[in-house]
Amino acid sequence: MTLLSEFKESVIIAWAALRANKLRAGLTTLGIVIGIVSVTLMGTAITGLNAAFKKSLAGISADTLFIQRFSWMTGETEWRLSRNRREITLQNARDVERLATLAAAVAVESQGNGTVSVGRKQARGVWVEGNDENSLLVRGLSLSSGRWLTESDVQSGRPVCVLGSYLAERFFPYGGAVGSKVKLNDMNLEVIGVMEKQGSFFTGFNLDNQIVLPITRFTRDFSRWPDFTIQVKVRDLSQMEDAKEELRGIMRKLRRVPPDKADDFAINQQDALINFFNAVGGSIAAVGLFISGLSLFVGGIGIMNIMFVSVAERTKEIGIRKAIGAKRRTILVQFLVEAATITLGAGILGLLIAWPLTLVVDKFLAASMPWWLVGVALVVSVLTGVVSGFLPAWRAARMNPVDALRAD
Amino acid sequence: MSLIQIHDLTRRYVMGTETVHALRGVSLSIERGEYIAIMGPSGSGKSTLMNLLGCLDSPSSGYYELNGVNVAHMDDNELAEIRNREIGFVFQSFNLLPRSDSLHNVELPLIYAGMPSEERREKAIQTLTHVGLAERMHHKPNELSGGQRQRVAVARALVNNPSIVLADEPTGNLDSRTGEEILGLFETLSRKGNTIIVVTHEEDVAQHARRIIRIRDGLIAADEVNPHPRAAMKFAQEQSALTLNG
Ligand SMILES: Nc1ncnc2c1ncn2[C@@H]1O[C@H](COP(=O)(O)OP(=O)(O)OP(=O)(O)O)[C@@H](O)[C@H]1O
Ligand SMILES: [Mg+2]
Repeated sequence: MTLLSEFKESVIIAWAALRANKLRAGLTTLGIVIGIVSVTLMGTAITGLNAAFKKSLAGISADTLFIQRFSWMTGETEWRLSRNRREITLQNARDVERLATLAAAVAVESQGNGTVSVGRKQARGVWVEGNDENSLLVRGLSLSSGRWLTESDVQSGRPVCVLGSYLAERFFPYGGAVGSKVKLNDMNLEVIGVMEKQGSFFTGFNLDNQIVLPITRFTRDFSRWPDFTIQVKVRDLSQMEDAKEELRGIMRKLRRVPPDKADDFAINQQDALINFFNAVGGSIAAVGLFISGLSLFVGGIGIMNIMFVSVAERTKEIGIRKAIGAKRRTILVQFLVEAATITLGAGILGLLIAWPLTLVVDKFLAASMPWWLVGVALVVSVLTGVVSGFLPAWRAARMNPVDALRAD
Repeated sequence: MSLIQIHDLTRRYVMGTETVHALRGVSLSIERGEYIAIMGPSGSGKSTLMNLLGCLDSPSSGYYELNGVNVAHMDDNELAEIRNREIGFVFQSFNLLPRSDSLHNVELPLIYAGMPSEERREKAIQTLTHVGLAERMHHKPNELSGGQRQRVAVARALVNNPSIVLADEPTGNLDSRTGEEILGLFETLSRKGNTIIVVTHEEDVAQHARRIIRIRDGLIAADEVNPHPRAAMKFAQEQSALTLNG
């Protein structure tokens, strides 16, 4: 009861004090406004970034293990150590397929870059995939027309290809891609199928700008010493760890790795990738929030400064209040409320400014300001006020009433 | 039991290597309902004594019992509570909150006492009416005359029904006529049973009290009953009697 009416009194005093010094309060507020705007924008951008990561990664199947030369997450030293690893071979893939018991399907894959052309039309920098008959299932793709590579396409290395939807539309805007001929670098290929549209990977990498040909043809005419990835689709998600162990054993045996040596290959999986992205996203978030937090900190110092001035100016008032019965706590709360009122006002103003700006961020990141961020911003602004107002308020609370009354 | 009992009270101010003995050992006993003037030349220690009596300051040594409670060794917060409950201050320079209207100024002690707002407002309005300022409730201090400001201050001092009203040079900033008005107010309050202590260096003002304590160099030089207290000027008396009864 007492506390509540004291608090109400504090709010009234705070408003009166702010109204009496509008310009000063306004200028001080500016620092906090900027701080809140940048924290809010940063928060929105980070949320958008995370959402984009998640969305992009959703396309990768979670039940697939990728046997490759290198880990997806190597630090610089690891990279130097693993640089000289032997390639994964086609034979490795064949043997894994034969030996793995927990695999639902095994596909082999290799990639590169090439130029695709039809007549005079040309597309440079196309993502070229060497696949086998299992890749459709393992990569989780679907076709909009035609068919996928067959076992015999792969065994005999037929000059056929499946086009990504972007390439198909580009070269054959009026349809009729299947059965037509395209040129990959100097190689003539017949289109046997067209993939369904997949959209762009988060970084803007266009998944539909791809061409798939039999892995055998790929190694023969496109890339002589390619780096293979063995993609293993596991029967059951709960068996991921077992499958990984099994594959490790198989690979070590196949590649004759001595028991005292580390693996000379890596088994990658999507959640590791997600973890990696989360870690990267986390550090981006930390750095971003730190930098924008810095501007809030500077704003807080401004508040502290202005509160010291306010306390000094109102020494007499503090003396009067103490003389008629205000306790230390009362005075402390009064000035804390005043500081918090300034920063809360600044926080609200900051949100009002940040709101339209997040719409701009939205253009790039498909991110709208999440509602919880509004709450966080308001809490942060109040906390900034309380923290930076504490020292001045404490000085006021401890004043000796006789000395304070003597001030003018 | 006396309202105030002090024994051998001292107050020293230490300033660097120098020590100022503002009070050198004062003993006093004050009964409920007394009207006292504390007199003395400038620098004699009047304000120092008043600050101690008003629990704004703590003595360097000595004993102080207020209303049966030993307050000499209380801490900041306890003293604040005592001030709020037992003491009403009237200052030479009014010391009102400049941005608040009369009503809010008078309400303030009640806010700190934790009184519910309805009751508080009613009490403040009543007290302002008693000092004749019913029409000035929503005026800020700078919209009031000096006399009116001091009346607001008196209302603020009275609103909590304190045991003592302490006034340090209450007429010092007022012309003689307005000063008389305030003294008239004090007289009426005194007659109604309030305990009043006025600090002054003006003989004229002191003569209104029924007991006069004279201080010199931090010691009580004389403490005597005033056999013929001067009545405040007729008009002032009438005016405040009127408002107080009305
Ligand atoms: N805060 C302080 N620090 C140091 N010395 C002080 C302080 N307050 C008062 N004094 C000294 O104590 C002595 C008594 O001061 P006090 O204010 O009580 O005098 P006073 O009788 O009220 O005088 P006046 O009539 O001028 O108001 C003076 O010598 C003064 O200089
Ligand atoms: Mg004095």
